[in-house]
Amino acid sequence: MSGNGIAQIVVFLLVVTALTPPLGIYMHRVLENRRIPGVSRVLGPLERLIYRALRIDPAREQGWKAYAGAVLAFSAASFALLYAILRLQGHLPLNPNDYPGMSWHIAFNTAASFLTNTNWQFFGGESTLSYLSQMAGLAVQNFASAAVGIAIMAAVVRGFARRGSGDLGNFWADLVRVTLYILLPIAVVLGIALGSQGVIQTLDDPVTYQTLEARTLGVTGEDGRPLTQSIYRGPVASQVAIKHAGTNGGGYYNSNSAVPFENPTPLTNYLELFWEVVLAFALTYTFGLMVGSRRQGWAVFAAMMTILVVAIAVVTPLEQRGSEVLQATGVELSATGDQAGGNMSDKEVRFGPVSSALFAAVTTGTSTGAVNAGHDALTGAGGAVPLALMTIGEVAPGGVGSGLYGMLLFIVVAVFIAGLMVGRTPEYLGKKIGAREIKLTMIGVLVVPIGLLVMLAIAVTTSAGTASIFNAGPQGFSEAFYAYASQWNNNGSAFAGYGATEFSATMGGIAMMLGRFAPVLAVLALAGALSHKPVAPFSAGTLRTTTPTFVATLIFVILLVAALNFIPALALGPIATELSGSPF
Amino acid sequence: MRRFLRPLATAAGMIVVFTVLLGLAYPLAMTGVAQVLFPAKADGSLVSLEGEVVGSELAGQVFTSPAYFHSRPSATTPAYNPSATTFANLGPNTLALRDAVDGYIAQALALERPHNPGLRAEDLPVDMITTSASGIDPHVSVANARLQAARVAAVRDVPEGRVLELIDDNTEGRSLGFLGESGVNVLLLNLDLDRLAGPPARS
Repeated sequence: MSGNGIAQIVVFLLVVTALTPPLGIYMHRVLENRRIPGVSRVLGPLERLIYRALRIDPAREQGWKAYAGAVLAFSAASFALLYAILRLQGHLPLNPNDYPGMSWHIAFNTAASFLTNTNWQFFGGESTLSYLSQMAGLAVQNFASAAVGIAIMAAVVRGFARRGSGDLGNFWADLVRVTLYILLPIAVVLGIALGSQGVIQTLDDPVTYQTLEARTLGVTGEDGRPLTQSIYRGPVASQVAIKHAGTNGGGYYNSNSAVPFENPTPLTNYLELFWEVVLAFALTYTFGLMVGSRRQGWAVFAAMMTILVVAIAVVTPLEQRGSEVLQATGVELSATGDQAGGNMSDKEVRFGPVSSALFAAVTTGTSTGAVNAGHDALTGAGGAVPLALMTIGEVAPGGVGSGLYGMLLFIVVAVFIAGLMVGRTPEYLGKKIGAREIKLTMIGVLVVPIGLLVMLAIAVTTSAGTASIFNAGPQGFSEAFYAYASQWNNNGSAFAGYGATEFSATMGGIAMMLGRFAPVLAVLALAGALSHKPVAPFSAGTLRTTTPTFVATLIFVILLVAALNFIPALALGPIATELSGSPF
Repeated sequence: MRRFLRPLATAAGMIVVFTVLLGLAYPLAMTGVAQVLFPAKADGSLVSLEGEVVGSELAGQVFTSPAYFHSRPSATTPAYNPSATTFANLGPNTLALRDAVDGYIAQALALERPHNPGLRAEDLPVDMITTSASGIDPHVSVANARLQAARVAAVRDVPEGRVLELIDDNTEGRSLGFLGESGVNVLLLNLDLDRLAGPPARS
């Protein structure tokens, strides 16, 4: 890889690390309900107005059942409204192309997708959606689902941190505060920055014009009339900003962040990447502050960052090296002064192999799922990297909030295993881990891999399932594997050859809901159980969870769980693609 | 019963508040800001010729005439369709990809070899024989544009040196000097070419 390629990656990771403490401190103030100079003055009245209008008492604490009930109620209301908008968009305003309502199965999949922060897309925005569906349907859930993730994380951490109260906070207050004080300001700033670089932001109708060759040479299209292009527009920058900052990833356009109207320059590419990863990392610092030990936060940060760095270091040279087919042509695949080389299939010139590979790792290390290159065309081994990052459970660093509560489940497993090995009572942050806690943790850790493998088996052995497969050979298996890994883990990226059918859309919608809410209920129940426990004093017999040894153990546990579940599937898919000597 | 209904009522109210605030007020306010600060970009970076819109800086176009620089292969239907962007989605080690790439190589050689004697498949830049991710990639690599310069100069009957200068003028470098890759904007280059040499003759 070129020196410039390495510089792009190193600078990126350094900026993320440098901004983890300040952003972590800010989010801690928000979640602890403290006044924030300047911001509270502007947004405080709006916050209190919402509480008054909906008769919410933000100081009223909820136990885990009430908190989970509020999460489910809000998600149900979100589903109902989004499904209705998508189905009825043909009768609603701001529909310049007169698109009809979505079919029931795509609307079901899409509503499930956006309310669970997945943003899997069985539709192309520019060819199926009204401006209203984008801005008042999808973009609203981009805020809401991200805020729900951070709220749940806050509740779970309170369960670990508090001493015997049983209370986890107030969901409605967490939801409103996270949205107003964290997500909205970031979206405004990022949206304006993106707009300044060329991301579209208008309510004007699509624009249609004759192309240059049509005007100068009279070139015609298939209909015999002068060749035209039509650009679908709308409020793009405002939606793309929260799409990344909220680790959502749903593209305004079908080709997502590859489309120049939502990602016009390498600079916007880095802004989008930066904001999709930095909050998830910064929340580790917030976690450290909430449990009263910044070292605990840094230990989680170290585990997440180590996995992500390894993934970036693996996928980038693979994409620079190029695919088997491109290698066989003999063309230059190294970067030279006037071209970037690499596996340019389904990649954009302005990003090249390095910015595309970095994007592929970050978008799947987080649960964003935006793409700036076609993942179906990634090299065989290169495509295994996003698959691996998803199948470890979206914890490196995962989605905003969801990555951290997912990691806490793995920490409990690691503490338990380490405790067994050295003969100590497993405890974390002074809370003893008992049989009930371990049961809930195992449910939280294992529901997703088991459900994923069952659905994958159905999808590759029934004719209804295989109808979605586009590519031949092991690549076709990889498409199905990727689809269910992505949807169960709420990522949303795809090996996009995988097609929408009533079967795949329905299964996928169920996968996304179970993949979101089963671990959420398990981890909230775990937090509820832990919140009743007293905190044991730190002693010589306490397993230390801030040492490099523990971080290594934690990473090992994460990889072990994923390896035991997914090595066979990886071998049937991307590894077979990579190792097969000739194309199939 | 109240225990279940109360959260549902709050939830319904909350999603309405979210939709009004984040789904209407926020995008409308952002549209207002963008339209004041950078209206041309907010409208899609449209490019006009003699007062009429002829394209966008951010969307590539199909060029078929040898008098123009050509864009990369595109997987959209028809090619370079901004209303239906898509990847090609061909797996990295598949016969389908090999056949597609072989086709792009044959096309490129047929077009360029008459003006680049001895041109071989392995001399082609990789972005010339691969589809882009959006299907409307506005750029080609500098190597790609330079390879086409000999043909365009010959067909237009202008010195190749002038054409190479136009390529330099339309090369967009890396952001901040090190982010991403540089590329040549094909539509803007062809517009400059028309300004230099006049529109190509209709056959």
